[in-house]
Amino acid sequence: MAAPPASARSEILSRIRSSLGRTNATGEPAGLPPARIRIPDVPLETRIGKFTAALQKLSGKVYRASSREDARAYVENLLHGRSAVTSNAPFLAECGVHSIAGVRPGGADREALREMCASLDAGITSADYALADTGSLVMISSHEEARLVSLLPPLHIALVPLERMLTGLDELYTLIPVPSDRSSSMVLITGPSRTADIEQILIRGVHGPGEIHVVLV
Amino acid sequence: MNPIPVEAIQTTLGDARLQSAIYSSTARLMDKRAHAIDPEEIDDFQGLRTQANAIKRHAIDNLDYYLEQLEQNVIARGGQVVWCRDAKEAVDFVARISKEKGVKRIVKSKSMTTEEIDLNEHLEHGHIDVVETDLGEYILQLAHEKPYHIVAPALHKTRYDVADIFTETLHVPREEEPERQTQIARRVLREKFLTAELGITGANFLIADSGAAVVIENEGNARLSSSAPRIQIAIAGLEKVIPRAQDLATFLKVLGRSATGQPLTVYTSFLSGPRRPGEIDGPEEFYLVLIDNGRTRLLADEHKRQSLYCIRCGACLNHCPVYRKIGGHNYPWVYSGPIGAIISPQFHGVTKDPWLPFASSLCGACAEVCPVKIDIPKVLLELRSDISLAKRREGAGKWERLAFRVFSYVMRRPKLYEMGASMASAVFPGSQGKWLRSLPRLMQAPPIRGWLSKRDLPPPAERSFRALWRERQRAKGGN
Amino acid sequence: MQRVSVFVTCIVDQLFPKAGLAMADVLERLGYQIDFPEAQTCCGQPAFNSGFWDEARGVARHFLDVFEGSEYIIVPSGSCTSMCGHHFADLFQDDPAQLARAHALEPRVYEFSRFLTEVAQATDLGAHFPHTVTYHDSCHALRELKVKAGPRQLLSHVRGLTLKEMDVAEECCGFGGTFSVKFPDVSGGMAQTKIDSILRTGASHVVSIDSSCLMQLQGVISRQGLPLQTIHLAEVLASR
Repeated sequence: MAAPPASARSEILSRIRSSLGRTNATGEPAGLPPARIRIPDVPLETRIGKFTAALQKLSGKVYRASSREDARAYVENLLHGRSAVTSNAPFLAECGVHSIAGVRPGGADREALREMCASLDAGITSADYALADTGSLVMISSHEEARLVSLLPPLHIALVPLERMLTGLDELYTLIPVPSDRSSSMVLITGPSRTADIEQILIRGVHGPGEIHVVLV
Repeated sequence: MNPIPVEAIQTTLGDARLQSAIYSSTARLMDKRAHAIDPEEIDDFQGLRTQANAIKRHAIDNLDYYLEQLEQNVIARGGQVVWCRDAKEAVDFVARISKEKGVKRIVKSKSMTTEEIDLNEHLEHGHIDVVETDLGEYILQLAHEKPYHIVAPALHKTRYDVADIFTETLHVPREEEPERQTQIARRVLREKFLTAELGITGANFLIADSGAAVVIENEGNARLSSSAPRIQIAIAGLEKVIPRAQDLATFLKVLGRSATGQPLTVYTSFLSGPRRPGEIDGPEEFYLVLIDNGRTRLLADEHKRQSLYCIRCGACLNHCPVYRKIGGHNYPWVYSGPIGAIISPQFHGVTKDPWLPFASSLCGACAEVCPVKIDIPKVLLELRSDISLAKRREGAGKWERLAFRVFSYVMRRPKLYEMGASMASAVFPGSQGKWLRSLPRLMQAPPIRGWLSKRDLPPPAERSFRALWRERQRAKGGN
Repeated sequence: MQRVSVFVTCIVDQLFPKAGLAMADVLERLGYQIDFPEAQTCCGQPAFNSGFWDEARGVARHFLDVFEGSEYIIVPSGSCTSMCGHHFADLFQDDPAQLARAHALEPRVYEFSRFLTEVAQATDLGAHFPHTVTYHDSCHALRELKVKAGPRQLLSHVRGLTLKEMDVAEECCGFGGTFSVKFPDVSGGMAQTKIDSILRTGASHVVSIDSSCLMQLQGVISRQGLPLQTIHLAEVLASR
């Protein structure tokens, strides 16, 4: 099959240019409106309050742990003997999550991790950031955080240090103006998976986790 | 030139259950949007719309630059860019890659662009199992139907329809409860995600400075489609490119709220290329397929170019009184509602379905809610002018043109206008137009017949305003 | 005495002259002297909306000629005001001379209720209309001219009048000019939705600033023999 990509590319570009009334490529175009970034000045406590309200409105659960031990206890209680796979986030080790019965470290082997995520009851991760405005978690794919841990198991538990709580999207994109510099994947998770495709009835846990618990530490 | 699909429209209008489903679903989405853009919920939503429009205008006006920048950045991150002039080239590419890489199963997330190019139909011929994974699209795939709405594809299906479809195609015991129907789909589709070699997504935005595709969703199927299989392909129209990742701080705020009233959808994925060294999972290969398929032609008309700003939120559909009556399947293409009405003629030629831009009362509700401020009524009017000129060239629509030439001639001559008007008044006296209905020859004239099928017609006033005014002035003793 | 011109519109002239006379009454009571240029005919909107822009241009030029010297042009219609005040510029985008005239016209054209609230600054006209009414927001007025609060404010000062809002006040009535005859089933369906909502308010009258909308609704009311009347805002405000 002789489909020469180069010629499709040059034809499309030349069609674009002639449609726009130009013959040649231009340099960087003038007139790009500045990005609209407004970061409100909001104290941490208020951010935590907003985050909690926003996520709870979406039926996510938020627990404010008084300490790392408290966080661990919450997770143990929540799991209640069920199995879980963890990401490699150092913060999880700091909270002692791996000593809970039934919790297995995800490790670095892609196939083994996938198998665990597909079969265990819960996925435990940390998060790179949290966004107060919308009750979102920011998960950047890396050696510490694999993609599938927060996606395949029906229950997602995230342990997040308080200082990672940002005000919202504007602050996120100021801290990370070019997310692709960091990773092949950055995902904002805002509540449990849901659909309203059948008769507009809200149903949770379609493909992603139907239950999400965020433990702020 | 296709005629107005009168019978199909009448059937839809006569289906009370369907009317109720369309009306209540759209009403719900309208309500949610209204709540989400309230000043208590978000500051200066109108300012965000203005910004979104300005960014899109700049990006489209400099489309070649940003596409090249996008390409550079995708390649820098280990991905490949495939430029496709038309649907065939895009479908051929996917087929070729599938063959080369031994793909037997493809999982797909919801993408109007892939509907546009009929991707599934063409791939299924090649004996590849192509699976729609968005719940609504999955249901439609099993039923062999096209989407009813840009954002809510199975709007027109009841739980009983879904039960029928699942029982027939999945051979499972009949289940009418939506919660349990969803679990059935989850179970079936999970197996597909984990065994598919290739995952295809669309892209809501393409980010030039990052070489990234942004995919938003609520279910998790796009994340799974882009993370579980070895190969990922993102397919998008080339108009989807925006300059910076930072611009998402604007677009994400207007998109979710306009579409479903959500400040953010559950998952917002920012995907750039295959997994990097150190990352544990993610695709090994990443392809970005850029589709032209007529978009570069739309670019050429500077008045209608704004049609390319669309971010596919569906708000215009929800607010359109015409869509809310005729539903998604009476539009000639996969894109329905007001946006469909303006882009279909531009893609396929204005004479294919010349009725489409006229299927609007120009109420402007669409323009009022469009997050990127496309002036849809203006584009509809431009298209109407194009159609009128095209018909003249092809020798069609002679009677209508004659009628308007007479109209114009008369309206430029006040005395003639008055004379014509008083003649009409003399010929059609009183009785609310009932007299008109007894005249069989007049019934032949489509406009009169059309009006009278549903309504009475007011008679010309016995005396016109100007006649009454003159009399009144005379009585007062002059002007 | 301030002199104002009126463009009554072809539909008011031929089908609903009472609305035009009522508007004249209200303006005269406010102390305006009315100029009715007899050479006026139509704004050209039917041709424009149907895509016959050459034909519309001729009519628009005639309008510009007729109203060249008018300081204020008052119009008892949202859609016609929008045509003269906004869309003439679309018609003449390739004709700089006419375009300049169209732009010069724009600030001088006023939909009737807007003239009252913004220029005359009169909201209480001493009117008396002891009925329960509902108000229909005609699309051009609402979305192009941003006329929404003004008419309601004017109605609030009418003695004896009770205003009940319908739940779909801002939805299109389905007229849309030739849309109503090209797509009669859809147009009829849209009118029915409005009528059902109006009936739920218990109002005896539906008021609008656009006679074309009223004509559409009246057509359905009359066909179905419903206990409703349509009336132009001007007629309500002129009632004593």
